[in-house]
Amino acid sequence: MSTATRSSAVAEHTERLWEAVTAGDEYAAGDAVVRALGDGTDPESVLLDVIGAVQRRVGREWAANRLTVAQEHAATAINDRVIASFGYVLKRPEPHLGRITVACVDGEWHAMPARLLSEVLRLRGFRVDYLGAQVPAPHLVAHLHRTGPDAVALSGSLATRLPTAHATITACQAAATPVIAGGAAFGHDGRYARLLGAEAWAPDARAAADRLTEPLPRPHAAHQPLDDLPHLADQEYTLVTRSSARLVKTVLAGLEERIPAMRSYTDLQRQYTAEDLAHIVEYLATALYVGDGELFTGFLSWTAGILTARGVPAASLVPALELLGAELHDFPRATGLLCAARTHLAEPAAGSERTA
Amino acid sequence: MVVDRSGTVRALNEAARALFPAAGFGRPAAGTIADWLAEAHQRGSDEVARGEVGERAFAAHPVPHGEAVTWWLIDETETRSAREALAREQERTAFLSDASAALLGSLNLDRCMEVAARLAAQHLADAALVLAPTTGATFPAVSCVRGGEPTRTRLEIDPDELPGLGEALQGFPPVPSRWLDPGAAPSWVLPEGFGPVGSIVVTPLPGHGVPAGALVLLRRGDRASFSDSEELFARLFAARAGAAMSAARVFALQASITDTLMRELLPPTLEQLGGVEYAGRYRPARDGERIGGDFYDVHSAITAEGEESLAVLGDVCGKGLDAAVLTGKIRTTLRALLPMADDHHRLLDLLNRTLGDNADARYVTLVLASARREGATVRLRVTCAGHPPPLIVRADGRVEEVDSQGSLIGVLPEIESTTAEITLHPGETCLLYTDGIVEAKGGPLGDAMFGEERLEQAVAECANMPADAVVERVQMLASQWIGRGSHDDMAVLAITAPRGQHLAAVGGHGRGRYTA
Repeated sequence: MSTATRSSAVAEHTERLWEAVTAGDEYAAGDAVVRALGDGTDPESVLLDVIGAVQRRVGREWAANRLTVAQEHAATAINDRVIASFGYVLKRPEPHLGRITVACVDGEWHAMPARLLSEVLRLRGFRVDYLGAQVPAPHLVAHLHRTGPDAVALSGSLATRLPTAHATITACQAAATPVIAGGAAFGHDGRYARLLGAEAWAPDARAAADRLTEPLPRPHAAHQPLDDLPHLADQEYTLVTRSSARLVKTVLAGLEERIPAMRSYTDLQRQYTAEDLAHIVEYLATALYVGDGELFTGFLSWTAGILTARGVPAASLVPALELLGAELHDFPRATGLLCAARTHLAEPAAGSERTA
Repeated sequence: MVVDRSGTVRALNEAARALFPAAGFGRPAAGTIADWLAEAHQRGSDEVARGEVGERAFAAHPVPHGEAVTWWLIDETETRSAREALAREQERTAFLSDASAALLGSLNLDRCMEVAARLAAQHLADAALVLAPTTGATFPAVSCVRGGEPTRTRLEIDPDELPGLGEALQGFPPVPSRWLDPGAAPSWVLPEGFGPVGSIVVTPLPGHGVPAGALVLLRRGDRASFSDSEELFARLFAARAGAAMSAARVFALQASITDTLMRELLPPTLEQLGGVEYAGRYRPARDGERIGGDFYDVHSAITAEGEESLAVLGDVCGKGLDAAVLTGKIRTTLRALLPMADDHHRLLDLLNRTLGDNADARYVTLVLASARREGATVRLRVTCAGHPPPLIVRADGRVEEVDSQGSLIGVLPEIESTTAEITLHPGETCLLYTDGIVEAKGGPLGDAMFGEERLEQAVAECANMPADAVVERVQMLASQWIGRGSHDDMAVLAITAPRGQHLAAVGGHGRGRYTA
């Protein structure tokens, strides 16, 4: 089969799987994947270029408000079960490479990238322990002590989990296990993976599997986590995180004063607004943690995009940032981030691209 | 000693004369005193010069006056050796502290042995071999050459081939480190490509009352021998490595016991049974634990016709391990009572009597749901015993509360209960949950309960979703609501009538035809 036919075959399988998962038809989804494997498409390609592509499309369509939350969940659940069927349909090679633990950062619900990586590693001949989403660090560390893997592959999609990711990376390293980090949370260029001291970073599952062929360097025992992030000494992250509920309350009250229309909001609308504000505070705290303003402006551009897709003007974010700035005027780093974000939102191009 | 500008010695005291017997009044300094001092004088240096005379070390302090310089010589031999010893000790203390941190970091025996071998090869010798006591016919071993990576092996050997190794591995009687003739060493001691060995030493690794293994150090010819202080140092390191390996063994033993005991207490993995989709999710109150007071189970084919399955979801008062042990007992009791599952009230009544006799004096609330596939629909019989009634989400997104009530179990001598009958059409779900979900406290303002209203709204969005997706969605929303806050045990179980026409083709069993 030529490359062109192969890629058109992959596109065809992807389309068929997309139809099936958005219709919520698990069996048609299974058929699509069995057919893809049957026509000689490389199993790794079925995982990443068919199932992975559908999963990415689910995320894009949700952001564009063309899929409901329920459809997104259903699609993910179906893809997950289709991957589970992989093991029945396909003979995996005997493990002859290293042993890898694959886990998500605790609090992370996007388990699919980690799931796909696990299957790719198994296909390549690694011995894999897939711990899934929502793995508290104590479980992960107990697992490392019990099994002594060669590396932990840590997946993170949500930037707000980066402080937790840092704690997890440090815990793995204290248990003498090196970490390879991957996923959107660690930055498109892996900058946060490096910042948080991971031994390696990979942009995608194939690259991660390639990188793991060579052993990762063993972590340095005397490493102090604070060395990575000396700016945390100003405690702005801690103080903002601790007072986040109060900040949301105050900003919400301030918005009601400024925007008369908000006074007639239903309870549900108020809750959504509060949730949006809580998100902004969470991202602000995370940006303070990693000491990177781009993380915050990137999130706001993305939010602006989501709001625009749902018919809400992105400019409504600006008063919230101003009120937040007034509350945090004693915090120089936070003030700087808020100013930069406001300037960024005021630019005409803001919201037109998705950077998160 | 006074030396003038032309380099002639002008005066010497007794001590200087004893130090430089060739020097004398009026003689040139060069050639009669130490070269380093003569050169310092020549340079006209006004800084302290240091050097050796014979076996002793001196510091010479210049005091210029007029045409001459008076050199005061101070014997520094003791100070210098003390300084060197201090530097060496500081280096070793730093190493031992780093070694402790590295060794105690991992409770995995293989990892500990790798760390020990690497550190020993780096700081004590040119290569090291760490052996653990045998767990069968072979000895787990890790060898490491300085600058290289540790390699794990299993050695099929007679340890007595290397003198002292057998005793070191047995730990008793205690053996001192022993220097061995390298010629006597069997080939398995030497790492591949190591070259000729200068010396070998075997050191036992002391454990907690039991031997933890042995450390074999190898040095090449040019730095073959160990000094007394190096040997002492090696023993200090061995004590740490042994303690770490011993702790790792104990941990592995405990972990395997816990795993075995835990297996029965963990929530089961649910899948499709008899054409009915089941899915469950559980999050214990304490993140360090995997079990607690909430539980669920699904039992297949409980009726004589083998067509009905029984789902149970319950909540024992309390949390943590104690509560988990009681849930274990209740789950076992329920399993034994399965033949009564046709009659929910009778089953609950029997469970109530069993628990009532229990000295623990704890109680449990639970929901029983018997499900039977009939054509495309699922028939349910649901009974609550002191538990929040399950929610039904219809295909059009309407949410109903199951109309069943009953007393909690384990408190009163007699219980009451009513059973509701429900039909689920394709895409409809019955969601069983524990109060940890609705009582989850948090939200954007940090102080609100998740509450029944929010749960109903979340469930309404789950119409036509697979059971897996329903439980994931509900757990996710509740967990996000909690944020960083504390919470109780949270369990959800979904019973769903599947959508799609394919099930008939596989007889309504299994996960689907592509997995058959």
